[in-house]
Amino acid sequence: MSTQRRLSSLSRPQLDRLLCGEGLGIVIPPFVVRVRSPIPVVADGLERLYSDHLLAPHDGAGFFDFHVAVEARRPWFRPLCVFALDDRQPFTPLAQGEAFALFEWGLNWCVTSHCHQWISLHAAVLERGGRAVVLPAPPGAGKSTLCAALMLRGWRLLSDELTLLEPGSGWVVPSPRPISLKNASIDVILERNPGCVLGPVAHDTQKGTVAHLKVLPESLARAEERALPAWVVFPRYERGAALQVQPRAKATTVVELARNSFNQHVHGRAGFEALVRLVDACDSFDLRYSELDQALAWFDALQPPSPAGVS
Amino acid sequence: MQPLLNLLGPAPKPQRLSLAEWDLVVRQARRAHVLARIAALVQAHGAWAAVPPAPRQHLASALALATRQQRELRFEVAQIARALQPAGVPVVLLKGGAYALAGLQASLGRMVSDVDILVPHECLADVETALMMAGWVHTNHDAYDQHYYRTWMHELPPMRHLQRGTVLDVHHALVPATARARPSTQRLLQAAQALPGQPGVCVLAPADMVLHSAAHLFHESDFAHGFRGVVDLDALLREFAMVPGFWPELLERAAALGLQWPLHHALRYAQAIMQTPVPPSTVAALAPSVCQRDWQHRLRDALYLRTLRPDHASTADAWTPLARGLLYLNGHRLRMPLHLLLPHLARKALGGLLPKEKP
Repeated sequence: MSTQRRLSSLSRPQLDRLLCGEGLGIVIPPFVVRVRSPIPVVADGLERLYSDHLLAPHDGAGFFDFHVAVEARRPWFRPLCVFALDDRQPFTPLAQGEAFALFEWGLNWCVTSHCHQWISLHAAVLERGGRAVVLPAPPGAGKSTLCAALMLRGWRLLSDELTLLEPGSGWVVPSPRPISLKNASIDVILERNPGCVLGPVAHDTQKGTVAHLKVLPESLARAEERALPAWVVFPRYERGAALQVQPRAKATTVVELARNSFNQHVHGRAGFEALVRLVDACDSFDLRYSELDQALAWFDALQPPSPAGVS
Repeated sequence: MQPLLNLLGPAPKPQRLSLAEWDLVVRQARRAHVLARIAALVQAHGAWAAVPPAPRQHLASALALATRQQRELRFEVAQIARALQPAGVPVVLLKGGAYALAGLQASLGRMVSDVDILVPHECLADVETALMMAGWVHTNHDAYDQHYYRTWMHELPPMRHLQRGTVLDVHHALVPATARARPSTQRLLQAAQALPGQPGVCVLAPADMVLHSAAHLFHESDFAHGFRGVVDLDALLREFAMVPGFWPELLERAAALGLQWPLHHALRYAQAIMQTPVPPSTVAALAPSVCQRDWQHRLRDALYLRTLRPDHASTADAWTPLARGLLYLNGHRLRMPLHLLLPHLARKALGGLLPKEKP
């Protein structure tokens, strides 16, 4: 692995040539992906946010989990872009300014609709001291902001969007990819961490303004290391609210995780049991916050549940 | 496409594939909805360990989904049987649902996203009422579409269960009422076979199952599932051919139902693509049902051999879009005479511009 080159070793013209031609083979753990796109904003995003990622071995004998493309459409009037997995285009086209965000969303779709070897949950997941915290939340709850702040504070990012749970073992498989920040949280994170790297900013998307935050090298370097969850925290940002933490009943936590799962039904009973085991081994909380620092301090103080406490 | 065909054949040898070949196989199979079938066949042949870890993940994922679909299917069929009990109509399953509940080889790793059933035309109103009482509703509220389905098609518009979201297609014939061949639904239902241990649930007789599969495939316009249709036919034919007397019976049944030409095509292309063993005399006996001249054979091959492939760039050549386009039109021609087809296509093309009728 150490002999493999990183994306940063490519010059911009080399990167552009690959993206417009045979495709850029890149290791995005736990996958190897081949990307094609003639759209400059996609190259910008990859250059900035994936520079530390390894390139796929370039010997022509490789296996790619996904061959994806962000293609340009309608160049003459309000240019559009469209995501394709192989020849299949699962989404309606978006404005070309959103092309890099579309690449990220498209890759999420590849995972949620083609990777049923795992239970995929719509949740961020981070690790500290060998134990993981799972943060499921509906859009707008401030999950990604919290996730970004935790990563920048030293928690290891496993994923911002997709918690990939091995149904048999209960381990979470890391898939560290750029964190999708929306609207005001872009500035919140930038102000706190002026050194952090942001990708292209897409304005006026369905989710408002979107920009992706680069994964810290420490998280990427440990992408092979799975983690066992110890906490399930449902965050909820509320302007002006005092920090409020409420332990959750295990039963409703299981139900809520199932609701946030993309494919738990595919696993049937085994899927349900895997979620029950996960929740059984975890402490679960509802967390309401408005001050990021208060919330972070609470996370710092988290203690793993003692095995005796498992009901 | 050869590695893909080998994996779908009677003796898959996954150990022979390079990683680059796996790369292509997974893409083609994903596109053609046969990735789970490859997984199931490889497992059935005890060759799972010979699949390298990277592609194995994708096989496992597809198989997990297909397994779940078949499990849901069984539950769904039991619910449909219960709903139709008051109407006194048995559930006669078609296609994937039939293969799965009859435990046929064709069901190994078969994706089944909806249930298809066949009911007598005269019971249609009762069946529809019984299903609606049990929670299935029509999802299509466009008055023209409803009219089109009910007047010209061989099935009701798809029904969806209110709570479970599962989709049910109720057929009252094998092919549209306007098609040239009009096999008698009554004869098919008379020969249907009850499934042991599953009260109220039947499947078509083996020969009829092949004929339906063939008729369905070759009356198609959109061949997105075309390759999978050939894979189904191959599996059915290999399994049923073990029963002595199958081939003569198949010919006889095709004649009785007026489905010789679709059967001719089914046998020819299953043989050409999947190397399905078919007695030459059977194909010869069907030859009079199709245009015979040499150029006609070659044209047909040129069209179908291109279209009955996974719809993937790696299996296409410069002529593929034309072949698909011509067979698209041909499918419409087969299903509807021109004086019905042209207004229908015009209406669909102008769809958004016309004022909406209230159903």
